[in-house]
Amino acid sequence: MGQYQWNWAVIFEEVYGTGEYYYQWLITGLGWTVATALCAWVLALALGSLIGTLRTVPNKWLSGLATAYVELFRNIPLIVQLFLWFFVLPELLPKAAGNWMKQDMPMPEFITAAIGLGLFTSARVAEQVRTGIMTLSTGQKNAGLAMGFTLPQTYRYVLLPMAFRIIIPPLTSEFMNVFKNSAVALAIGLTELTFQMRQITGEYAPANPIEVMTIVSVIYLILAFSVNRLMALIERRTQVPGYISGGGK
Amino acid sequence: MISIKNVSKWYGNFQVLTDCTTEVKKGEVVVVCGPSGSGKSTLIKTVNALEPFQKGDIIVDGISIADPKTNLPKLRSRVGMVFQHFELFPHLTITDNLAIAQQKVLGRTREEALDKGLKLLDRVGLKAHAAKFPGQLSGGQQQRVAIARALAMDPIVMLFDEPTSALDPEMVNEVLDVMVQLAQEGMTMMCVTHEMGFARKVASRVIFMDKGKIEEDCSKEEFFGQPRGERAQQFLSKILQH
Repeated sequence: MGQYQWNWAVIFEEVYGTGEYYYQWLITGLGWTVATALCAWVLALALGSLIGTLRTVPNKWLSGLATAYVELFRNIPLIVQLFLWFFVLPELLPKAAGNWMKQDMPMPEFITAAIGLGLFTSARVAEQVRTGIMTLSTGQKNAGLAMGFTLPQTYRYVLLPMAFRIIIPPLTSEFMNVFKNSAVALAIGLTELTFQMRQITGEYAPANPIEVMTIVSVIYLILAFSVNRLMALIERRTQVPGYISGGGK
Repeated sequence: MISIKNVSKWYGNFQVLTDCTTEVKKGEVVVVCGPSGSGKSTLIKTVNALEPFQKGDIIVDGISIADPKTNLPKLRSRVGMVFQHFELFPHLTITDNLAIAQQKVLGRTREEALDKGLKLLDRVGLKAHAAKFPGQLSGGQQQRVAIARALAMDPIVMLFDEPTSALDPEMVNEVLDVMVQLAQEGMTMMCVTHEMGFARKVASRVIFMDKGKIEEDCSKEEFFGQPRGERAQQFLSKILQH
């Protein structure tokens, strides 16, 4: 200790003998991290909203199916799910499809990571959507139906608009998680930010790992914080004047 | 207009409605009263199929509620309902609360819906509040909007489920005034309420329920004069004591 030679300019050094610079690797990593997280989030929000809604409908088959979905995707560790999609699924598919996945599917690591992370997160989003719907009174649903809305219309115009407003705080955490959880995709070889960090500090060892790790941590922090601010803005914009919420303020 | 025929309903083993039979004719105002837990709110909710029932049938304007082929949303769009807790849609302005079902259910244009909605809002004396949200109005004002919202659908009958029991005392009258006016204009109404003054003023008939059964079903003169059952007498003497 005390002997550590700080050198923050390390990321501007050339990767020995490649003509590339370390900062370029980090930018590539950042690109994959953002792309994976955003694609996974779009998928998670769409599927999670649908599944969460279905868990609350009166039809036992539909709600049972939605419950099974949630339990499947939230009871298996994310990293195991990615391994299953990446290594196991191609073996279980018919030969032609399996071979296509292994050899011809474009950007296999990215597609697997985005879908795998999206499905994992969708189960969590579904539970939040269900929570939002269940906090509303039966009277709201009855009022929608009494106006002549069909059940889907009652969800669309009455229940979901309030449910989503109510769950913005936990959804914010989930949106932030999707960026942080995308780091797990390094396990299937996606060259996202953490993969690049390990590559720089490990194999190519520029001898200044603390700086590189610090820089990567700060990048994650900025990403998550930006999401947080964006969601806070949405929360403010969608606030209902005069609506009395439970605790606080 | 409404014909309730031998309706029975159970929650598991517990029977909440027992063989209820009554009728609401066109232009009639029928007040349903009874002690807490007597099944009156459940009964009125069976009329627009918000509460399912296991036995009997209800015919609304010639259409059977129990018939699985009945288009319930369509039927409900013709039956106005006002709830104890108002149930305005909190994320929509008063204007949109009045317009949304007209547009999405009846297929009216935005202009038609706004025109109709604002006329009704004016009628309940709240035109100045059109741009506000429900949470910015008092309970009495919200309930008047809720009545206007139901009327905007041009209902053939109006159901009221304890419309004043969640209100502060000084707001009860502003809501009752609107209801009396409606009754006097000839609207067919079924009202679950404890407002005996309202019943005396406009009711055609009074139904008294106890333990899921219709115990009295008679003209208001008869009901307030000398109800036949002991339970109804007890009930009346309790609520008219002060």
